[in-house]
Amino acid sequence: MPKLTINEMPVEVEEGTTILQAAKKIEINIPTLCYIQNFDPIGACRVCLVEVEGMRDPVASCSTPAAEGMKVHTNSQNARAARKMVVELLLSEHQGECQLCDRNEDCELQRLARDLGLKMIRYEGEKSRRIVDESTPALVRDSAKCIGCRRCVTACNQVQGIGSLFPQCRGFKTYIGPAFGNPLNSVTCVQCGQCAAICPVGAISEKDQIDDVWRVLDDPSKFVIVQTAPAIRAALGECFDYKPGTIVTGKMVTALRKIGFDAVFDTNFAADLTIIEEGTELLTRLKKLLVDKDKDVALPMFTSCSPGWINYAEAFFPDILPNLSTCKSPQQMFGAIAKTYYAEKIGRKPEDIVVVSVMPCTAKKYEAQRPEMFSSGYQDVDIVLTTRELGRMIRQAGLEFDQLEDGVMDSPLGVSSGAADIFGNTGGVMEAALRTVYEIVTGQEFPFPKLHVTPIAGLEGVKEASVKIETTVPEWAFLKGVEVKVAVAHGLGNAKKLIEKIQAGKAVYHFIEVMCCPGGCIGGGGQPRQTNDEVRTARISALYREDEGKKLRKSHENPDIKKLYEEFLKKPLGEKSHQLLHTHYHAKEKV
Amino acid sequence: MKDGKCACEENVSESELFERLDKVLLDYHDKPGGLIPILQYAQAIFGYLPENVLKYISTKLNKSYSEVAGVVSFYSFFSTHPRGKYLIRVCLGTACYVRGGKEILDAVKKELKIDVGETTQDRLFSLEVGRCFGACGLAPVMLVNENVHRRAKPSKIAEILSAYKGGTGDEQ
Repeated sequence: MPKLTINEMPVEVEEGTTILQAAKKIEINIPTLCYIQNFDPIGACRVCLVEVEGMRDPVASCSTPAAEGMKVHTNSQNARAARKMVVELLLSEHQGECQLCDRNEDCELQRLARDLGLKMIRYEGEKSRRIVDESTPALVRDSAKCIGCRRCVTACNQVQGIGSLFPQCRGFKTYIGPAFGNPLNSVTCVQCGQCAAICPVGAISEKDQIDDVWRVLDDPSKFVIVQTAPAIRAALGECFDYKPGTIVTGKMVTALRKIGFDAVFDTNFAADLTIIEEGTELLTRLKKLLVDKDKDVALPMFTSCSPGWINYAEAFFPDILPNLSTCKSPQQMFGAIAKTYYAEKIGRKPEDIVVVSVMPCTAKKYEAQRPEMFSSGYQDVDIVLTTRELGRMIRQAGLEFDQLEDGVMDSPLGVSSGAADIFGNTGGVMEAALRTVYEIVTGQEFPFPKLHVTPIAGLEGVKEASVKIETTVPEWAFLKGVEVKVAVAHGLGNAKKLIEKIQAGKAVYHFIEVMCCPGGCIGGGGQPRQTNDEVRTARISALYREDEGKKLRKSHENPDIKKLYEEFLKKPLGEKSHQLLHTHYHAKEKV
Repeated sequence: MKDGKCACEENVSESELFERLDKVLLDYHDKPGGLIPILQYAQAIFGYLPENVLKYISTKLNKSYSEVAGVVSFYSFFSTHPRGKYLIRVCLGTACYVRGGKEILDAVKKELKIDVGETTQDRLFSLEVGRCFGACGLAPVMLVNENVHRRAKPSKIAEILSAYKGGTGDEQ
């Protein structure tokens, strides 16, 4: 247990603790840039330099272990000068164009320059070379803004296990990106946007579609409706300096109405619909196995709400594509229903309806333009904004977010259950499905306290639970005595571990939820920056609170969903459902 | 090189070259840090590192193409373009640089009318820069394939290269 002093304050830490961690323990803040929670430091950016007595040069506190008797100074003349110099050098090659950058006032480099009191950049020289990559529907990369911190490399390689981003070349020519500086669409990228979510500057961002939305809002011939995903309401507040985990559903609805949308709806409605379809699909697969003794039935069944996960499965695990639920994601179910059922209801032609979604996700931008997503005869979802884009759009509209009154979603595509709220967090889709499937099969109340299946909640990478079916209604008698085994994974690295375990025959499940991003959609690539485990936990508990605050907690009890089946779809997995709500997948080459 | 007989000397089909690469992969695929030796052998086998070879290696090693490309583009030793029969590498390491390596490089460029990283039209010569061959006592050094030209002089470059053109370069 080394004892040391930092800024004359004594501190004792465990062997292997870094100076940065030791300082944090006694509430001394050292600025960092390349450092990310839960991963080994790489010491690339040198922003965390501190002075250690007896050492010739300042050291990177993120990667220097604290040692017995060390005397560390984080705010000495030398330490401050060294950090200033590092940031000055970073800025000397950075082509930030701050006023035009979507990270303006939300940029870690900008903040560092301000906090360190940088007054001028003394070095004039070559700037980073500019390659702007707009090759994917989801992301834009600008190498001239990249400062080479490699956080995105960690997110892409270690968190998600994709590896589309990697340092190329060397020295001043170092370029963070796909092979040989080629565009992102030349390699396998699932478009999850975890790189964009973790980038400290404006080098990787979502493809901004705000102007496309303004354009349709300005067009009087268009009827523009908006849907918002469950995870938005738990994070949008952060764009306006609310604490992570503040629920802002009401203000968000009012903001959307004031921006000029003709109707404000909820993706949650479609989440409830997803549960009905997906739950029925699971039961149908179980029936095939247990009653028809069909050994080829594809089980375990995997959820299919997360487009990054779908992209991943298509490229990395094409063998399991039959195991993916054929259900479209709630975003796409919403679009298909809006341009058919709803269009009919309000007497508008589908071609005049524009569906805008607000998603925590960059991969949703890709999903919306997949060729399978034109079931209404038109592109079912026209424009996808991320949470961050909605935040910017609210500012562009001149709205004072914190002054807005609470509004309520419109009917009929705006009513939803608490089960739909928790679609936004890891374990939530599974819990929502279990609430419904259990009650359909047993006819009994879901037996978990507060309806929560706690073993599958929280930030553990892979989680599992089982539910024993003791009694059943006559229709599902074959499930009597069956123990339904489920698993949940979030983050693709964890999904990979889980799939490999199943493929090795080391585990057997019936139903598996996978969300592409760590923490689930609340930690999505389109959410306000920065997301760490504290922020994830706060957003997750916000969604559970939202769920618990509702009278309606189960998808199958949603009255507007019942009406949708009565008036239009007729029955789950019926002909109309197949046409509008289900899809299929294609194996893709992995590069 | 062990499994890495160079293809340019013989008429060998591509599938045979891939068989040679497979042998290398078998030896190295599960060794930590195996990527770099695999790339060295692959370059010896194919003469350079074409895209299909790199993608093949990345699939076999279960590494992303971007990661493999990152390693290839880091080292000046690796080339993703076909090289000429003779690869000229002029050392610009510190010792060679101070003893006139830059002038040697300029003389080669002028003689062959190509820049660094390029190959002559007749596919005879490619030009690369080295960052120290560990022969500083012989500076400035120029390598032509495996031949070391020690204490090179700009005025001798034309003569050295014409010997290679005439087929007697290796005897110098």
